[in-house]
Formats: sequence, C-alpha cells, structure tokens
Amino acid sequence: MAEFSLPQMSKVQQGKHFAAKPGAKKVRTFRIYRWDPDVGGNPRLDTYEVDVSGCAMVLDVLLKIKNEIDPTLTLRRSCREGVCGSCSMNIDGENTLACIKALDDLPSGNVNIYPLPHMPVVKDLVPDLTHFYAQYTSIKPWLQTDSVPTSRERLQSPEDRKKLDGLYECILCACCTAACPSYWWNPDRFLGPAVLLQAYRWIVDSRDEATGDRLDFLDDPFKLYRCHTIMNCTNTCPKGLNPAKAIAEIKQLLVNRTV
Amino acid sequence: MPQESYKVETHYYDVVVIGAGGAGLRATMGLAAKGLSAACVSKVFPTRSHTVAAQGGIAAALGNMGEDDWRYHFYDTVKGGDWLGDQDAIEYMCREAIPAVIELEHFGMPFSRTKEGKIYQRPFGGHTIRHGEAMAQRSCAAADRTGHAMLHTMYTQALKHDAKFFVEYFVTDLVKDPRDGRIVGALAIDLNEGTLHLFQGHAIILATGGYGRAYFSCTSAHTCTGDGGGMVLRAGLALQDLEFVQFHPTGIYGSGCLITEGVRGEGGYLTNNKGERFMERYAPNAKDLASRDVVSRAMTLELREGRGVGEHADHLLLNLAHLGADVLRERLPGISESARIFAGVDVTKEPIPVLPTVHYCMGGIPTNYHGEVVQKVGDDPDVVVPGLFAIGEAACVSVHGANRLGTNSLLDLVVFGRAAADRCAEIIKPGAPHHDLPSDALEPALGRLDKLRHANGGTPTAVLRVKMQRTMQADAAVFRIAETLAEGCAKIDAVNAEFEDIHVSDRSLIWNSDLVETFELANLLGQAVGTMHSAAQRPETRGAQARDDFPERDDVNWMKHTLVTVDDKGHCAFDYRPVHFKPLDDEVATVPPAKRVY
Repeated sequence: MAEFSLPQMSKVQQGKHFAAKPGAKKVRTFRIYRWDPDVGGNPRLDTYEVDVSGCAMVLDVLLKIKNEIDPTLTLRRSCREGVCGSCSMNIDGENTLACIKALDDLPSGNVNIYPLPHMPVVKDLVPDLTHFYAQYTSIKPWLQTDSVPTSRERLQSPEDRKKLDGLYECILCACCTAACPSYWWNPDRFLGPAVLLQAYRWIVDSRDEATGDRLDFLDDPFKLYRCHTIMNCTNTCPKGLNPAKAIAEIKQLLVNRTV
Repeated sequence: MPQESYKVETHYYDVVVIGAGGAGLRATMGLAAKGLSAACVSKVFPTRSHTVAAQGGIAAALGNMGEDDWRYHFYDTVKGGDWLGDQDAIEYMCREAIPAVIELEHFGMPFSRTKEGKIYQRPFGGHTIRHGEAMAQRSCAAADRTGHAMLHTMYTQALKHDAKFFVEYFVTDLVKDPRDGRIVGALAIDLNEGTLHLFQGHAIILATGGYGRAYFSCTSAHTCTGDGGGMVLRAGLALQDLEFVQFHPTGIYGSGCLITEGVRGEGGYLTNNKGERFMERYAPNAKDLASRDVVSRAMTLELREGRGVGEHADHLLLNLAHLGADVLRERLPGISESARIFAGVDVTKEPIPVLPTVHYCMGGIPTNYHGEVVQKVGDDPDVVVPGLFAIGEAACVSVHGANRLGTNSLLDLVVFGRAAADRCAEIIKPGAPHHDLPSDALEPALGRLDKLRHANGGTPTAVLRVKMQRTMQADAAVFRIAETLAEGCAKIDAVNAEFEDIHVSDRSLIWNSDLVETFELANLLGQAVGTMHSAAQRPETRGAQARDDFPERDDVNWMKHTLVTVDDKGHCAFDYRPVHFKPLDDEVATVPPAKRVY
C-alpha cells in the first residue's frame, strides 16, 4: 500500500496552550494553525480555551482571542457580515467564512481552524491569494462589446438578467477553489471553480459580445477540463452558489458549439 | 530618530490613489483612461472594501419607473442635508448622476430590470418628486446587493484599463516636502513582504472611507477606520462637519449588520410594542420613508418612552413578511440571508429586530466639487491644498450636509471619483518629473512607525479601542445635550491621552495586524476627539446633530461648516466656512432654507 507523508517542513507541531481564565463560564477549545514567517520552521497548532459567552460566530471568537488573549494571532477580516470574502478559512474541516459560521452549527468538541488549504501561507490564517487573483484577471472579467452603446442603458430583459443570479453574487473568497482536489493537483493551469463561475457569469450576460472568444479561451484540457465534477466547490460555497453547475454549463456550450 | 534604519523603496507615479473602494477605483480607472500613471494603494484587496456592503441602490433621476427630474433630486438632497450642503456641489452630483449610472450599466453592472429591460428603480427615504409631493422611484438597484455589484464591476474596469494596484499595503502617513510643506507622497508598509514603500505623486487622492469604527455599534466594516482623515489631521489640516454622524434606522439588533432602507422602499414598515406604525405620527407624509435622521430620532423617542420590544424593551421591529416570498426573494435576497444568519429570523414569517446604528460620516476632509482638498486661509475659505484630493466618505464636499440621503453615497463615490480623475488630467502632465526629496523628508513618518512598532506601554490596542468606542456610543449618540457632551469631551480626551501608553505585542513587519490596528486606532482617535468636541460646540439641532437642549435649527448663527484641527496633544481648534448657497449655474435655483417636514 502506498504511504503518504507530509514534507518535513509542513508537519504541524503542538504549539502553546492558553488555558481558560478562572471563572470562565462557557468554555470551548479552539486549536488554531500558527506560522510566523519571521521565525520560520514548522507550523504549530496553538490551543485556546475561550469563554464563548457573547460570541455568536467563529469570527467573534477569533477576534476575542486577538483582543483579549493573543494579539499576535493574524487573520483577514472586514465586513463581518458575509459579503466581503476576507475571512475565508478552514473551520472544522470545511472552507467557509468565519463571520457567518455560527458556533452553534459546529459539532461539540474541539474546533480546529486552519488557513484555506493548498494555498501558500503568508502568516497564521492569512493565505497568499496572488495566483488566484491573477487567474481571475486572465478571464477578462469585464463587459466586452463591439457595438457602441446609446446614451441610455443597454436593455436587458428580466429573464436575461435572471441568468446572472447565482453567479454575480460571488464574493471571490476562494473557499470553493481551495476545496477542489483538481485544483490542488494543477493550480498552475486549472482555473478552478470560482474563476470558472465568474467566466460563465460573463458568457451568459446577454449584453456581452465576446462569447466566442471567451469559450475559445476556456476550451483547454487544463483551464476547464480538469474539473471532474467532484462537487466540493458547491458543497462548501458559503454563499450557497453552485460553481459546479456553472462549469457544467460551460462544458455544455462547448459541446453544442461542435455539433 | 528611529531605533533602526529602515530601507524604503520609492515609487513614482503621476497620481497616487489611497483606497480601493468605489471612489478610489473610479478615480484609478479614470486616471488610467486619461493616460496618467496611477498607483492604487489599498490595505485590502479592492473587492473587500466597504462599498461592497451597500445594499439599496444608487440615486439617479432616470425616470424609468415614473416622473423624475434631477432638479427634484437636487432639492431633496439640499433639504435632506438640512441646508448644510453646498448647493454647487449638490447640483453637480445630481446632474451627473444620470450619466454616471448609465456608465456603470455600460461597464456591465448587473442592475435589476423593469419589464421593458430598463434599470429597476425603487423608492428610498427622502427622495421625492415635485418638492415633496410624492415619493420618487429613484434608487437604481441590483437587488439588495448594489454596492457589491458596483464594486466588483469597477474593479474589473480597473483591470481592463490595466491599472496598477498595490494590495495589502497599509499607508501610515502622508509625506511632505520639508522645503515647501507640499504633500508629495505617502509612506506604506507592504504587509505581505514586510517592506516599506514611499509612493510619490504630483497628486495624492485620499479615498479611505469613513471612521464608523470609532463607535461600538456600527454597520461599518472593521476596516472603516478613517485612515485618510487621521493622516490629514496629523498633517495639520482641518476636517469639516465631524459632528454629523448618521445613525441608520435599521441595524440588526445585537450584531449591528445593515438592513437596507430598501426594505421600507419596497413597502416594509416599523412598529413598536403596541404594533403601532409609529412613523405616521412623526412624518405624516413620508412615514417610514422620511430621511434617516428623522426616523432614527423617532425610534429613539419610542424607546425612551418605553415602547420598545423584547425583554429589555430596547429595540423595534421592521415588518416585511407582508411583501410576500416572491418580492423578498427577487428584490431583497441579501437581507433575507442576513436576517436569518444574524437574527435567526425567517423574513417571510417574522419581523426583523432593529435599532438605530452608526452608519455614515457626513463630515470628513473638506473639498470642492473637483475633489481638491480646501482649507480656510486668512479670510479665504476655499484655498486649495496643492496636490491633495479627497473623495468618497473620507471627503466632505459637502453634498450630504448634515444628513445624507440613502443611495446618495454610492453616487457620491462615482461622481467625485471621476471628477478627481478629470481634474488631475487637467492639471498634471503625464510623466512630469518628480523632485527628489531631501533625506529628512521621511523622518517624521518613519519615526512614528518605529515608535509604534516598539510601543511597550501598559495599554493594549484592543483595550483602548473599546474604551473609545464605548465613550462615543454613550456621549455622541442620536440625542445630545450639553452636560453629557462636556462629560464626553473630558472622557474622550482622557482616552486619547492614554494612547501614549499603548502596547503592541507583535514586532514583525510582515502582516503585523496588531501594529496596523494600532495605526488605525490612532486615526480613529483623532476623529473621535474631533467629533465629540465639534458636537459640543454646535448649539443647534440640524440633521444628524440633535440637541435636546437646543431643539431648533439656528440658521442665523450656525448655517456654516465646522472646521476642526486636532493637534498632537489632542487639543481642538475651531473655525468655520460658509455654506455655498449658489448653484453652479442657472439650470437650477438656490433652495432657500425652510422648515424641514416630511
């Protein structure tokens, strides 16, 4: 049987333990991935026993740790209401947004928190998304037209506008892309679910006039066809979107084009 | 002098934009389109900016769904701002609104649509036709995710124009040329690499947003820390009208997350513990669609008089179930989700528990309608600060006066983002050479960086921050009175003084969010002090400044903008600028002050 083991420098080690303060009422234990680029070495899991009374979401807990226990804990956060996509991370084995992940929805026991998987780590829970953003730019995610618009809006029927629902809401949090095994294998060449969903958003926009070019760009064994319908993307999307369906629609359009 | 020597890389651009929200992106895109080299420096990836959270829409008198005229929009904005707005800038914004929204549509923004395929428009608070006769349908909406749709659209336009971004670079201070005092650049930390960068430009555009996080409960994102305003105060310049902080009527009780006024635009309404639609008593015509200051005050009075709901009778209810599942799904899907997540409410069946919540800073860096920062020098109230611009919530143009109308904020971003870019194109020659700065130019900014990085006092940043937030929440609230304002001034001054004792735990330069939060706290504190003292010195009720002890507007003495400087000891000094009553041209007439009734 094949044996797999992590490279030596990736093995996560036991870190510090922060015991609950005396008198803490509702204690839960969080084990959080830490890696400090100034120190280097192996990453570690620090253990925090936190009084979670007054905390509804996982982000509330993380900020409580940062504010009251350990100010060096590093994470991205901004809107705290699930629209900006900053605080995407892996919570209890699932890629999601810390700000809308309710503590009550987590199974009892310790909660493990890691950065988004298979992305380079800058520090603690902050992954490097540079490549993800560059892939987004590569699909030319802007309206492309040859026709000259009038001085008023382009018309779009409510039915055509409806085709953008479930697509335009994407917040580029990268939860889906970081959950995709195909992306783990070929991040350099496979565009991944988030970027493909965005690509489809422009393909189906009735106002866009570059559908052919967009399909040509995607018609590639790696950019698109590394998707094997594993569906992790759809299962993990914190906004309830369905990238797998968007990808299937692109494949369908490419098939239709050849027959 | 810094404890260690820092290596600083210098970048030269025609223009440096700080901030990548709606205003910063529109400026950046416009500069690139005009052939100027521009760097957009942002502490977050552009689509994480707080513009993303705007919900209800962007105002423009398109008239797609009934009668409208930009002059009605102009009138409503002047009245909504309680006659503190500058009417030249308001004319410019309301007239430019129409091409600005059409431009967004041409950029690909996914607006909701009417049956005819035009941009869908919904009613919004304070927006009327024929000077208050009936409610207008003026808010151009992408469901209830208009800010998200707009921010993503503008980011992609900036990509299309190949704009240069420096993402997750935190700007700490403006940099002056010590020889003439001119602001020529900004010092930034690249959070990912832990390196220092000087961005030099012929113009610096501050698009850094509001300072909502000075308060404990706000709809603002964690990143809304008024960084531009803080830098401007440290540069010795005055901010304007800080006392005017908007409370949005419908923040979710507890979390403070925003529930758009578009809910009331679509037919939702507020009730008290008796199930009464109390807004009918306070605003017989506009009812729940009176402007935000009016509704927030009415809600606060209901609570004071014991008509709140819940165990502590400390909030009210926003009813929307009667709108029906179809309207909720199609027009208000985002807030349906927020209400479920943050209040545990199924909006098709139950009302949302809500409370007035800090939402928007009408005050900010004073500018003219080109986005150029202005200061009062001698008797001249409109002297341009060479090379410095401010746009968006960071700025005070002033188009919002003492109270902003809903949907005028997204509009402000795109109209003045473009105006600033256009102005830069007029006054700056692409590729004009930069003057090398003398070696001591960076010393003040580097010294401050080094001092804070090694700050080893007894007060952690988070501890002092929550003290500031509690003080602002208690004493610069919806209703204000001399005694509590005096108390508030003493308290906030003491909090500000404690910053000398700040403690930073993380000493790294790579993604040191402890240090960044400390810089942000310093920015917030300056504006918190300015806000409290500005409120204390204005003895009248106007827009968002509601004084129990001075319940009337005093046009004779106080129809003027407050200018406040806060020195490094935390002392405030005041001066005033007159309101511009004259519109830009004769396309519209001055709206003379009148009693404000909805």
